[in-house]
Amino acid sequence: MATSVTINGKTHQVDLPDDVPLLWVLRDEIGLTGTKFGCGVAACGACTVHIDGEAVRSCQVPLSDVWGEVTTIEGIGSPEAMSTVQQAWVDHQVAQCGYCQSGQIMQAAALLAENPAPTDAEIDEAMQGNLCRCGTYPRIRAAIHDAAAKMKEA
Amino acid sequence: MASIGKILRRTFLIGSAAIVGGVAFGVYYVNRPAKNPLKPGDGEAALNPFILIDQNGVTLFAPRAEMGQGVKTTWAALIAEELDVDLDQVTVLHGPAAAAYYNSALIGESLPNKGYDVSDFQHNLGEALGVIGKVLSLQVTGGSTSMKDGFERMRAAGASARETLKQAAAERLGVDRGQLKTASGHVIAPDGTKIAYTELAAVVARMEPIEAPLRDPSEWRYLGRTLPRLDMVEKATGTAQFGVDVRLPGMKFASVRMNPRLGGQMNGFDDSAARAMPGVEKIVDLGNGVAVIATNTWLANKAVEAIEVDWGEAPYPPETDAIFAEIAKAFDTDPNSTMRDDGDASTVPEGATVIEAEYTVPYLAHATMEPMNATALFTGDALELWCGNQAPTLIQFRVANTAGLDTEAVQIHTTYLGGGFGRRGELDFGEIATKVAMAVPGTPVQTIWSREEDMRHDYYRPGAMARMRGAVQDGKAVLIDGAVAAQSCTQQAVERYTGMPGAGPDKVLVEGFFNQPYAVPNYRMSGHIADLKIPVGFWRSVGNSHNGFFHETFIDEMAHAAGRDPLEFRLELARDEHAPSAGCLEAVRDMSGWTGKTPDGVGRGVALTYSFGTPVAQVIEVVDEDGTIRISKAWIACDMGLALDPENVKAQMFGGMMYGLSAACYGEITFADGEVEQMNFPDYDALRMHTAPQVEVQVLETNRFMGGAGEPGTPPSMPALGNALFDLTGKRARTLPLNKSFNLLV
Repeated sequence: MATSVTINGKTHQVDLPDDVPLLWVLRDEIGLTGTKFGCGVAACGACTVHIDGEAVRSCQVPLSDVWGEVTTIEGIGSPEAMSTVQQAWVDHQVAQCGYCQSGQIMQAAALLAENPAPTDAEIDEAMQGNLCRCGTYPRIRAAIHDAAAKMKEA
Repeated sequence: MASIGKILRRTFLIGSAAIVGGVAFGVYYVNRPAKNPLKPGDGEAALNPFILIDQNGVTLFAPRAEMGQGVKTTWAALIAEELDVDLDQVTVLHGPAAAAYYNSALIGESLPNKGYDVSDFQHNLGEALGVIGKVLSLQVTGGSTSMKDGFERMRAAGASARETLKQAAAERLGVDRGQLKTASGHVIAPDGTKIAYTELAAVVARMEPIEAPLRDPSEWRYLGRTLPRLDMVEKATGTAQFGVDVRLPGMKFASVRMNPRLGGQMNGFDDSAARAMPGVEKIVDLGNGVAVIATNTWLANKAVEAIEVDWGEAPYPPETDAIFAEIAKAFDTDPNSTMRDDGDASTVPEGATVIEAEYTVPYLAHATMEPMNATALFTGDALELWCGNQAPTLIQFRVANTAGLDTEAVQIHTTYLGGGFGRRGELDFGEIATKVAMAVPGTPVQTIWSREEDMRHDYYRPGAMARMRGAVQDGKAVLIDGAVAAQSCTQQAVERYTGMPGAGPDKVLVEGFFNQPYAVPNYRMSGHIADLKIPVGFWRSVGNSHNGFFHETFIDEMAHAAGRDPLEFRLELARDEHAPSAGCLEAVRDMSGWTGKTPDGVGRGVALTYSFGTPVAQVIEVVDEDGTIRISKAWIACDMGLALDPENVKAQMFGGMMYGLSAACYGEITFADGEVEQMNFPDYDALRMHTAPQVEVQVLETNRFMGGAGEPGTPPSMPALGNALFDLTGKRARTLPLNKSFNLLV
């Protein structure tokens, strides 16, 4: 029996077993590959998406448990119309290999939605689940502060 | 030596070759053009293997893999600097696997000199040996060589293309070429008339290329300054395509399990449970492992885990202790190399104080953020392979062999790499994906490894030991005599890539050890090869990653034994031997406000490693916060001669340091029952946002030759941290990882 999920404002009928994690629904069924597979055990944050605005590890959410509307990196902006957070990432030239950055951006966007002016300590607290093997953390921190300032102006 | 001069002249000639619908020109094989890989259609002129101009625009090809080091941007800037095109108006693509993209700098690195002391003759010889790389068709991204390799060749290609385009315009306008200018992809006539390069492409196709001198650096618009990275918008919007993101019509997904006892046989398996699982389409017997092809990666993974496999024994001692006992035994064998033997290292100068120490570092995994994967489509008489890789021509050769095809029948598509660090120079992931796809001809299959499979089937940084003996007298180092023992990743890789046993002195085993820029009169370094069958490979900075730790920890121990400030002690040894190295030490001293004294609860350590042509000095500060130690600050200075993109160099330096610090703090691969014990990031962690130090980086440019950027930041980080912990606690770190002996913040 197909399961109904709403992703980036669009409703999909997904014909997969109930226990398939949302990550693999997004990537292999819907074709939204911006959300990355890193570890499968919620230890790296590469698969971070929003469910009803909350940042979650999509590798840990079975299809049958998706409790709200899903937003992925593709849902918050596009190359032609980037969100404020994405633009800050470009302005600060954050990415190196770039593989973890979808998850970093989704985590940062959720943080800023909840806390429009995070301190360094609050950024540390919110972002410590998101691993980056290239070591882009200083630029991530700068981009979050910058995005916070831009969102305040807007 | 005449032949070398001849080879050099030929190498740097701008050659040309007529091809369908256009012309190719650039730098090719020693004495004949390599086949142009771009195969332009009618109306396109492939101006050389790095530039393609057609009616729609200009495309530049960056044949090095973009794994985060910014090569796509900087490589394109080298061409654009001479070609006069705007980077935001051209397309930049990864080049396909092709002999024309050989890496001339990589083999040059294997010369038996110290690097920093190269004479012009040796430098030229290195360039000439680079020709061998071309003949062997080595298209490799590694060894921090991309910019060294591309620096001359790409600008020459751009300059030649520009002058030939101007000549075509000159003939059309009936004016002299010297009267024309170029800007933003156009030739500009004296009266201001503009002709787009795209309009000239078809004419240029019939012309002889023109050689042109390179512009003086004072005229550069792109090089030497920080450019916006061309891959940034894609990577901020989830639209950059990595290997795992390849999607093809009708594509299936596969998951794989290989023998966890690395290199062991598979005795048999029972797949009855897996066959009945949802989404499963096919079980594939890989000979030494199994794969499941399914409709979804997760379903494939669940099924492959449900297969009962009878795995054979490991071809090495099954426990870590026994493995290191084998490594220690190598000290008793004749050295494979003694690349430095100055003065008399056997005799301690009279009255000198002797210091001895033994160090041990573990095996390490690469742990790229993107697990190993490749997507393959086998059609019986052809094979296409999509993957992030650091060596497309090697992988092309290997998978052609696997599929029983000529290399011409194999097309390699190189995507972005979700981290490389040396892991993606290996060929196993492509070979496995090929075998899987061969089970379902006509159907594209993406084979992704689970994180656990990736962690437990790496080509590891070898575990290594060092035995050091030194002597100090009157506050100076007067003797260093060291030996390192480890598996040889070079010899094993040569055998893996070519099927021929690797032999000869292995420079990589002792790099970062024998070639450090310190003036010590009695100085000997030998490398001993441990004969073990654990798969080992090239981990960011390779031999420097362990030798940097050994050497710079020992130098610190000597400084303390001599009663000297460890930074001043190094500076004195480096000053006469290699001024750029001394300059890096002075820079971190000044940046950090180094006084040699730290308040209670704060420790500082310094280290200097010369690797890949670039000396890098680092000062690291640690703080004790209620018994937990945090890495609070870091200062880095490097001197790579010429920094083509300074901010990118800074990012590489910091990233290299972070990679090293992560390993120093937490990284360890251990074995039990022949299997790697670490599974995933919870037991192989890295520094995170809250554990990363604040950093300041200074990029110096006094070195005579251009050095690398991607790797030299890694080696000094580990000893600098260990030395800082010694300053804080008085306890000397002689084994890694440090979390086993210090209470580090996690």
